Amino acid sequence: MDIEKSILEAIRLAETTIPEDVYKHLKMAYSMEENEISKSQLQSILDNVEYAREKQLPICQDTGTQTFFVDVGYDFPFKKELVNSIVNAVSKATQNYYIRPNAVDPFSGKNPGNNVGRFIPYINWFLRDGNDATINVLPKGGGSENASALAMLKPGEGIKGIKKFVIDQLVRAGANPCPPTIIGLGIGGGSDLSLIIAKRALLRPLGQRHEEKRIADLELELLDLANKTGVGTMGWGGKVSVLDVHIEYAYRHPASLPVGMVIQCWADRRSKVHIDSKGNVEVVQ
Amino acid sequence: MIYNLKIPDDLDKISGLRMGDVLYITGKVFTARDEAHQLMLELHEKGEKLPFDPSKMVLYHCGPVVKRENNEWKVLAAGPTTSSRMDLFEKEVIEIYGVRIIVGKGGMGDRTSEALKKVKGIYATYTGGAGALAAKSFKKVLSVYYLEELGSPEAIWIFEAENFGPLIVSIDPDGKNWNKLSRDEMEKRKKEIFELIDHEGN
Repeated sequence: MDIEKSILEAIRLAETTIPEDVYKHLKMAYSMEENEISKSQLQSILDNVEYAREKQLPICQDTGTQTFFVDVGYDFPFKKELVNSIVNAVSKATQNYYIRPNAVDPFSGKNPGNNVGRFIPYINWFLRDGNDATINVLPKGGGSENASALAMLKPGEGIKGIKKFVIDQLVRAGANPCPPTIIGLGIGGGSDLSLIIAKRALLRPLGQRHEEKRIADLELELLDLANKTGVGTMGWGGKVSVLDVHIEYAYRHPASLPVGMVIQCWADRRSKVHIDSKGNVEVVQ
Repeated sequence: MIYNLKIPDDLDKISGLRMGDVLYITGKVFTARDEAHQLMLELHEKGEKLPFDPSKMVLYHCGPVVKRENNEWKVLAAGPTTSSRMDLFEKEVIEIYGVRIIVGKGGMGDRTSEALKKVKGIYATYTGGAGALAAKSFKKVLSVYYLEELGSPEAIWIFEAENFGPLIVSIDPDGKNWNKLSRDEMEKRKKEIFELIDHEGN
């Protein structure tokens, strides 16, 4: 399989098949939830996930903004092909009805019909050691993206300030981002970096904790607080409002405490393409 | 209570619905998102008529994934979009076009619930993200309007629905609005959580 075809396949896979870790967490949410309406909503969610997987249909009609986090080794030989392959795969995925034409001119609203336009699809590059590359596919829905937020806290507000900001945003967002959601939190860096690492944190499978214990503990604490809000599934109330919290951090300016918050809907769609130095490709989830 | 409604035949029954009731709808549904709402209001201002009658259908906040196959449209995924964006236009759309059933997700605000109360209409929600499952109940695309101008997510699609649901009544004909009630409750909980945060050690 060539690179473009494998990216096309990864898009199709992400849009039709929910990752196993997300499926497990949705099932756990269903068994934990006691609120009757929220439980019925979780039932519809599970039915939908299973039906989409069986029939290979888009899980959600909002097939998202095609977002790619690409980790490239310094010695990876096919860097140029990557960009063209991603753009062509997105265009073909639209033609093949894997994804909805979801990219429009911000002023005129004109839809080119192929999900390709200025800066879109969005590709975020991360250079690292090695001679291989990994393309992380993250189709990001609009409803949850609209609930994103940035806080430029005073360093004196500290961790308590971060916690309050997260809870305040969750309550403000209510049912809109399709809860139970997943929270990506980027702490530190600057305004831009905090939001990018927040979105990047969403690539981590649900249930997997940050490698540093102090961050892992904060994730669990925030998850617990978030589930006290009573948002529930699709805003109908209950015990489960958030499936997981993933935090990433960067060093900050002494005068700033940026907190980027990116909310992902329950339809946390992801897939990956690995490419080795010989051009062998593998699509995984 | 669970209701199976045929639209437009059962339109007179909706004034008896209550918040929390569960609906399954059979009949005509038209999709409209931000752009379609805006267009409907513009056309009215210009004195132009719509090519369909919204008062005889369900207004559905949805931008579907549709496929053209053998000269026919097939609905692949058609879950709801976030309704609160349509709060900007919904009052006028209800008043001008006589819409009495709206379906979406996430809830709507006071402006919309007051307009619905006046016409004894309802707003109901379908599970957000359940696009493939929703598409199952849209058996046929009857027509599509403004596809060229608006693009497929924003165009007005008219579906023939069969047992579309479960939909949960979120604003009832008395103007009782779950969105408002739940927001008050969440604000209360937020204060309690803030107190927890303030009283902990770090």
